[in-house]
Amino acid sequence: MMMKPAIRAIFSRDSAADRVVPPSGFTARLVLFSAAAMSLLAVLALALALAAGRLAERWGSDLASASTLRISAPADQLGMQSDRALAILASTPGVDSARALSIQQQQALLEPWFGPDMPISSLPIPRLIEITETSDGYDAAGLRQRLAAEVPGAVLDDHQRWRKPLLAAAWGLWVLAAGIVLLVGGTTAAIVALATRASLAANAGVIAVLRNVGATDAYISHAFVRRYTVRVTTGASAGTLIAVAVLMVLPKGGDASVMTQLAPQGLQWVLLFMVPIAAGIVGFAATLWAAAQLLRGLS
Amino acid sequence: MIELDKVAYSYGGADLLTGVSLTLNPGSFHFLTGPSGAGKTTFLRLAYGALMPKSGHVRLFLQDRMTMSPDDLADCRRRIGIVQQDCQFLDHLSVAENVALPLTVQGGLNAAAQENLRDLLAWVGLTERADARPPELSGGERQRAALARAVIMSPDVILADEPTGNVDFDMSQRLIRLLVELNRMGKTIMVATHDLTLIRTAKTHVQARVLRITNRQVQSAGADL
Ligand SMILES: Nc1ncnc2c1ncn2[C@@H]1O[C@H](COP(=O)(O)OP(=O)(O)OP(=O)(O)O)[C@@H](O)[C@H]1O
Ligand SMILES: [Mg+2]
Repeated sequence: MMMKPAIRAIFSRDSAADRVVPPSGFTARLVLFSAAAMSLLAVLALALALAAGRLAERWGSDLASASTLRISAPADQLGMQSDRALAILASTPGVDSARALSIQQQQALLEPWFGPDMPISSLPIPRLIEITETSDGYDAAGLRQRLAAEVPGAVLDDHQRWRKPLLAAAWGLWVLAAGIVLLVGGTTAAIVALATRASLAANAGVIAVLRNVGATDAYISHAFVRRYTVRVTTGASAGTLIAVAVLMVLPKGGDASVMTQLAPQGLQWVLLFMVPIAAGIVGFAATLWAAAQLLRGLS
Repeated sequence: MIELDKVAYSYGGADLLTGVSLTLNPGSFHFLTGPSGAGKTTFLRLAYGALMPKSGHVRLFLQDRMTMSPDDLADCRRRIGIVQQDCQFLDHLSVAENVALPLTVQGGLNAAAQENLRDLLAWVGLTERADARPPELSGGERQRAALARAVIMSPDVILADEPTGNVDFDMSQRLIRLLVELNRMGKTIMVATHDLTLIRTAKTHVQARVLRITNRQVQSAGADL
């Protein structure tokens, strides 16, 4: 079956050709409903995949950035201990750079809590060292041992430990959601192909009459393909609109739970509206395939 | 136009037709007779390519049916008007739309074709029933609609299976005159029928050859016809 004339057939409004196929109320409504339901699921799964992707990205970038070394010691030892820590870090493989925050920087960090007039320099606050890792990362356990031996006041705050499984979970979620999108797409194709087959098979008499008066198989299949593609796209559009409405009324809480972050951001909304288009393409291909199969069997 | 060459056919059991050879030359007029169940309908179905011969060859417009693609067959069908014994229609379309169907599937009706359609419906006496649905028609009305549908494209060949089986004498005379007229225009015609008066009427106007299926063969009928 030729692809290009079939595509042209969809966009040409040949009402006479449409009418040669008898109206099929029940199958039509079934296909419409299935397409709507499947698109709704696809949009929600897609939103989930996008959200998981965003989450993974954010956690991933945090992970790549700094960990922190906190040194608490009596004021007279603070300078010495932090110099010692910096020296150890400089010789630790996997540490890209290490930098002690200046008094001013620490003051800036604390200002929101204590106000600008707090004499920080006179307080026994810990000294902070910001560590940037190389992409390979460093051996946190080994570093802790060395620090414990030489810089007693040092506490290494390493985000990696608890973020790595979270990152894996986020990617797992992404894979799951993407898998659902693919499954939903495949199921839609199957439903449409079955409906087309059933509809063509039920119309074997119509097909025989059309062939007797000289209709080509392309003409016959296009009449069905057009009808089903329009139906699937219509149903999918409805399903997508409902899903988008659901996403828009979801509470947008400040906390980072996945559910409240489900609504896509920016251009990602556009991606959701690709679902009806994708459904139309899937419906078109499935109908064309099913019609070609069945017509070949009927000859 | 249409050529059967040592054709045999069976529906699974014993051969219904064997060694059947016949050529429908351009402009010829054939009648096909024979007892019920002899294989007249089967012969016509072979002749328009709906059935594949068990052995031998069927050629439509010089093309072997065996090697034809579905599109080739569709092309041939546009040059052959068919009246089937059981007159199938698209029941969701009106009678007029059904009669115009061969034009519709080839890209639609222009103004001239619309006028043609009106004239044709008038000739077969279906003007009043043009907007009815096929299931509402009587047996004879169905046959008239089927004949109108078969000839609307002005095809080269017209194959009609009992086209007058359910109509009264006057109407059958009218229908055969339509076929006679088309034959005079150069169309090739074959009509399967039991109706001897139909054959006689046609023979007073045109040269018609009468064939009979007996003993699984197609033979010229006796001179009594
Ligand atoms: N699809 C089929 N499957 C099996 N047998 C069939 C089929 N169609 C016809 N037959 C048998 O083949 C024989 C010839 O049938 P056909 O319809 O060609 O006869 P016919 O000469 O047209 O008869 P009639 O004058 O009653 O229309 C009959 O015995 C019929 O029962
Ligand atoms: Mg018969």
